[in-house]
Amino acid sequence: MTACHAGAPPQTSDAADLSAPAIALVGCPNCGKTALFNALTGSRQKVANYAGVTVERKEGSFRTPAGRPVRVLDLPGTYSLRARSPDEEVTRDVVLGRRGGETAPDILVCVADATNLRLVLRLVLELKSVGTPLVLALNMMDIAKRQGVEINVERLSAELGVPVVPSVAVRRGGTQALLQEIDKLCLGGETLRGSNSWHPLEAGELRALHREAERILKACSFRPADNTLTGRIDRVLLHPVLGTAVLLLILFLMFQAVFAWAEPVMDLIEGSIGDLGALIGGLLPDGLLRSLLVDGIIAGVGSVLVFLPQILILFFFIILLEDFGYMARAAFLMDKIMGGAGLHGRAFIPLLSSFACAIPGVMATRVIDSKRDRLATILVAPLTTCSARIPVYTLIIAAFVPNTTVWGGFGLQGLTMFGLYATGILAALLVAAVLKRLVWREQPEPFLMELPSYKRPSLRNVALGLWQRGTIFLKRAGTIILTLSIVVWFLCTFPAPPADATAPAIDYAFAGMIGHWLEPVLAPIGFNWQIAIALVPGLAAREVMVSALGTIYAVAETGDAAAGALEPLLAAQWSLPTALALLAWYVFAPQCIATLAVVKRETNSWRWPTILFLYMLVLAYTASYAVFHISSALLG
Amino acid sequence: MSLLTNTSSTVRLGGGRRGLRGHVAGLSPVDVSGINRDELERRLIEMGFIEGARIELLHEGPFGRDPIAVRVDDTTVALRRRDANLVIVTVQEG
Ligand SMILES: Nc1nc2c(ncn2[C@@H]2O[C@H](COP(=O)(O)OP(=O)(O)OP(=O)(O)O)[C@@H](O)[C@H]2O)c(=O)[nH]1
Ligand SMILES: [Mg+2]
Repeated sequence: MTACHAGAPPQTSDAADLSAPAIALVGCPNCGKTALFNALTGSRQKVANYAGVTVERKEGSFRTPAGRPVRVLDLPGTYSLRARSPDEEVTRDVVLGRRGGETAPDILVCVADATNLRLVLRLVLELKSVGTPLVLALNMMDIAKRQGVEINVERLSAELGVPVVPSVAVRRGGTQALLQEIDKLCLGGETLRGSNSWHPLEAGELRALHREAERILKACSFRPADNTLTGRIDRVLLHPVLGTAVLLLILFLMFQAVFAWAEPVMDLIEGSIGDLGALIGGLLPDGLLRSLLVDGIIAGVGSVLVFLPQILILFFFIILLEDFGYMARAAFLMDKIMGGAGLHGRAFIPLLSSFACAIPGVMATRVIDSKRDRLATILVAPLTTCSARIPVYTLIIAAFVPNTTVWGGFGLQGLTMFGLYATGILAALLVAAVLKRLVWREQPEPFLMELPSYKRPSLRNVALGLWQRGTIFLKRAGTIILTLSIVVWFLCTFPAPPADATAPAIDYAFAGMIGHWLEPVLAPIGFNWQIAIALVPGLAAREVMVSALGTIYAVAETGDAAAGALEPLLAAQWSLPTALALLAWYVFAPQCIATLAVVKRETNSWRWPTILFLYMLVLAYTASYAVFHISSALLG
Repeated sequence: MSLLTNTSSTVRLGGGRRGLRGHVAGLSPVDVSGINRDELERRLIEMGFIEGARIELLHEGPFGRDPIAVRVDDTTVALRRRDANLVIVTVQEG
């Protein structure tokens, strides 16, 4: 098979053309594959998932200096083709051409961190056995030069038997040599694919290859005494006390940013959605269409869209810290605590993200390489208190918890809020421990992670990463969440109330029927039929519960004003045990269709969102039951 | 194996303290970790823990001094002590 099609007619579009030769970027984690991919393709890239697995698939296209269109694949980092995580399986299968529906790449570009060649040279030797034309790109040459690392490129190329080119992924023109090499490989169109003799390597073979890599490294490169900048930074950031303090400070900043900075933008979005609703409401005659558009679609999608600023800010921090090289340090510092719950140190970041919203949290689990660990993290992430619970917590706390201070200065209301957060975290760790120890009966996975040297993040990479996260989220809001909003609207609207209706319209609709039907089931945990009905639209998004209660108690105001008007009403109508039981319900209840949809997408099956929904439901019911009865007994 | 009997100058990496320097003497032939030993061995080799590699224990985790960050030749690797126990280090005095 030829590597490239020399005689192919010139392409008129830059869009991925399936007949164009395909290049796959392979290499150890953190060597700059994604940066190189971004440098080659600009924004001409498509992010999706590999079929059947939840590993991200990034494909893009570009033209070589000779004008040849080329497709590029960015692959997850790996130290060897012997796969042990879904990420690495994808890399292996793509490289070997084993992924169904995809042909093997025509050229492999092995990307190496020029300042850290030892491990990647072993990988190069392994990749040679695959038989696909191979180029070694010595990336991060700028850093290598600064550190005084010298590499004899010609000698290295001769020793390895593959072309070697230097590259700087984050600098304009830094990929010139690589592009020329790709053109050269394509030029004859005759580059024959060798035979594939790859097999999973045993320890002995690994050792032999490592020795060979060591020998080549000695012969071809010189590095001065250790680079100390990373070491000096680590002396602070990994210090048992200082490092932990810095980590807490960063977390505090992140929280501050997510909640404070996002606020004005969220208000703006909320306002615009309200305005849009009012505008369309004004244009259309009163009727079903208006109700569908305004109350169903705009309100439903809007209630999820308001989280976009929080999600972008959160991912801004995550991408920045990841690019800087800090995430691996955070995982190092938190590994003991996460390990206590049977989780990987890297699970810390997704769980943290979930405080803003479980959606980015679930999306951030992609950094966890063990499949089970990742699943466990996804399943417990929705237990941490997301910001959508805050409006509900605030309403009930304000109505039922007296605004007094206890234990010298702590506000009782604040303490209650803190208690709810703490319960969420504890529950997440406990459920993870149960999953890993009892359900899956797993030996803990080994935790081996390279601590990369610190780097100045590249703005362009951060921007591209944010753009990708944003579009993924928006696409989801546009499809699944749109559909579900319509379903919930339908349930709350049909059938229409009779002309002489006295109760609020929702009481006559399917939602009302479901509420009344649920009432006996929910009575043991202290919920009345009003709560039962409000739980139905609250499925779309937790905070919708507040406005639903407003509708049911026929409060004229909406949004924040509704909460203000509701407080005295609820305080008068609900017993304290009922209120406490509802708080307990909200700590655990799986009331967020968007989260379930994301879990479906990230795990590629309905199985896990179903399990998530059911286990959280059981927890919520049990907790509310216990809280209702214990508090009833105590309060006599 | 001699490298195991000569305890005066070899230690298991998992028991090492900050500042420990030396070379990898070998990977213990016995199962010390509870996980699949062959798999752990291969992972360790892939991260550069191979006979003769230069080792320095740089950092210890804040809780229970676990995990540890180890310099292995030019690479810094974080790992848990129980996994590090597979690695036997010839201590470099001074
Ligand atoms: N100075 C410099 N920095 C680079 C270069 N290439 C990549 N980086 C930076 O190195 C860091 C890691 O780069 P990535 O592209 O995320 O690495 P990756 O290989 O995709 O990592 P994984 O996907 O985790 O395997 C980022 O902060 C990049 O900005 C380079 O040539 N020079
Ligand atoms: Mg990458």
